Amino acid sequence: MKNTVLFGTVAAASLAAGLASAGTLDDVKAKGELACGVSTGLVGFAAPDANGNWEGFDVSVCRAVAAAVLGDANAVKFVPTTGKTRFTALASGEVDMLARNTTWTFSRDVDLKFTFVGVNYYDGQGFMVPKELGVSSAKELDGATVCIQTGTTTELNLADFFRSNGMSYEPVPIETNAEAQQQFLSGACDVFTTDASGLAATRATFENADDYVLLPEIISKEPLGPLVRQGDEQWGDIVRWTLNALISAEELGITSANIEEMSAGTNNPEINRILGTEGDLGGMFGLDKEWAKRAIAANGNYGEIFEKNIGENTAIGLARGLNAQWKQGGLIYSPPFR
Amino acid sequence: MKELSYVRTEMLPEQAPPPGQTGVVRWIRENLFSGWLNSILTLAAIAAVYFALKAIIPWAFDSTWNANSLSECRETAPGACWAVIHERWPQLLFGFYPNGNDGHPDQRWRIVVAFILLIVAVAPVLFDKLPRKMIWFSAVYPFVGFWLLWGGTIWGPLMVLAGFVLAYFTYRIVAAIGGNLLGVIVAILVPVIWWLFLAGPITGVLNGIANIGLPDVPSSKFGGLALSVTIGVAGIALSFPLGVLLALGRQSNLFIIKTLSVGYIEFIRGVPLITLLFVASVLLNYFMPPGTSFDIILRVVIMVTLFAAAYMAEVIRGGLAALPRGQYEAADALGLDYWKANRLVIMPQALKISIPGIVGTFIGLFKDTTLVSIIGLMDPLALTNAIRADQDWNGIVWELYLFVAFLFWIFTFSMSRYSMYLEHKLHTGH
Repeated sequence: MKNTVLFGTVAAASLAAGLASAGTLDDVKAKGELACGVSTGLVGFAAPDANGNWEGFDVSVCRAVAAAVLGDANAVKFVPTTGKTRFTALASGEVDMLARNTTWTFSRDVDLKFTFVGVNYYDGQGFMVPKELGVSSAKELDGATVCIQTGTTTELNLADFFRSNGMSYEPVPIETNAEAQQQFLSGACDVFTTDASGLAATRATFENADDYVLLPEIISKEPLGPLVRQGDEQWGDIVRWTLNALISAEELGITSANIEEMSAGTNNPEINRILGTEGDLGGMFGLDKEWAKRAIAANGNYGEIFEKNIGENTAIGLARGLNAQWKQGGLIYSPPFR
Repeated sequence: MKELSYVRTEMLPEQAPPPGQTGVVRWIRENLFSGWLNSILTLAAIAAVYFALKAIIPWAFDSTWNANSLSECRETAPGACWAVIHERWPQLLFGFYPNGNDGHPDQRWRIVVAFILLIVAVAPVLFDKLPRKMIWFSAVYPFVGFWLLWGGTIWGPLMVLAGFVLAYFTYRIVAAIGGNLLGVIVAILVPVIWWLFLAGPITGVLNGIANIGLPDVPSSKFGGLALSVTIGVAGIALSFPLGVLLALGRQSNLFIIKTLSVGYIEFIRGVPLITLLFVASVLLNYFMPPGTSFDIILRVVIMVTLFAAAYMAEVIRGGLAALPRGQYEAADALGLDYWKANRLVIMPQALKISIPGIVGTFIGLFKDTTLVSIIGLMDPLALTNAIRADQDWNGIVWELYLFVAFLFWIFTFSMSRYSMYLEHKLHTGH
């Protein structure tokens, strides 16, 4: 493998010399593929299928951006990142964007110098308990043993919640979700706490899912969304408005089924502007007129992506809840395309 | 004198020992039921084995190989859900290597060929009965293997190889004229100039003449056992010579070399491998100019090599220290210079003593490759997590881990058997 070493060094040297700091958009176009940081595997959000194709809710965002920018939803290089490597991968330019279940927080936005372009899933931390425990509220969990992933915000939220309610608990530290499932099923802890979407996905795998209940309390806000590096506003805008296009498409009734029909022209000027039959919104950030049409056609609109990957007909079976359109009482809301 | 009433005059024929003192029965009595404590322990152990098997065997065999999801498995059979292995074994072996499902041709044969050639290349190193000429193939194999795995034009690896050939001939010519030291210096300079300035353009020209090559496969497509073996084999092959040099450096009389070797070994041994991997994956990215893509597998191989070399050096130093002083003096008395003495007298004996330790380090290194899952590389262990992230297989744990354990066991067990064979063969005894 001596030549590997050499090749890498030569490649690194030549790359270092040849790379001017062009905008991310130009880089992506030059490479012909979008490097998108995803999770190493999270049910419903990012997972490779048997053929190695990545699928999931977060993955769909990557594909939509690739479709908008490059015209090919498959022109994505998925870079699996762990909770520890994700921010470096983005900051160092190894990936062009991160769609990896990342909670939008003040310090990540400000201190780590990233731009969160929006929220594609509103999550919150919840609790799961065995039904036989007879608990109906998280306020009754005084003295419980709790399975908790170490080194995450969930750990801190848990401590805050129990302290503010004057209760005590005994943590059972675990490293991975799979470990948590085993510990919880074997009765090593009374309560399993993580993001509500994760709890639902975990519960769906249990042989006797009905023996376990999710408690109604959601004790934290976890707005999850894609993010990009700070300082390249054009690229940030592209990712932000691609996500907004998916959301607006659902609001306006553009689906992957009727998009061809609608792009022939409709009576609704906003639909026409999104699909590029009226005005030239794409030209304002360096794309063509049909960028949003391609992004929506790639996986369908926000609602379709939701239903396909994590919706009520999937094994995870998440209700829209907070993630319904604002007109249906949820928080999913896109600024107007004008 | 009393009259004897009976005297036997002939020998009695030998009789078989009583049944309780022979064969299986005796072995059982002596080993399993020799006292009340041993009897109790034996019975307890039998009970433990019985209950373990009673739980495991129905689980392992009352299972299904054909299902599309965990819930289907549960409907079909109460035991293990091997269907996940049935569906995902190509992924666990080959990772994301192009498998012909995205419209591009299936490339996985390249990994298989590279692996078979690896065995051919390693064989002459392992078994001295094979024809010695095969060692030439072993020397060329790194280039063949690299080309097969990563693809690209064949001229690239050939040009790199040409650099080494060039270095060899430069050394021969210059050393003959200007002495050894000058020969070494020029032999290092010439190939570096060749690689930096000439190899690239010439590769381009040759490409224009005859474009022989395989489709490129980027490192991001590597995964599964193929990734572990790539990192493991590269790490083993590179760390061994480095370890020998470090061990000699630590024994050296030259102050600077000794200090550097000791400093390096102690520093690396004081740092966990995970830290080095994080440096490879995270810190190096910050040091490089933005946008530089310094291959991640390459970075990991370098770190694993540096790590293993330090341990290797200490193992070999143990062998060196175990050699009687007379051996060194005998080599000097024969008039051998430093390198010849080491090559002909010291190292063969020192390495023989250190075989168990060396193989132990190799096995450790191979198993340590699973740590790359922490920096987001998809080795078999990371893939088990990714497979569980598929809605169909969420909740499957034991089947995947058992399969991965089995894959690793094949490699580590072969290594340890080979080391026993080698010790036996080299056991000249005193």
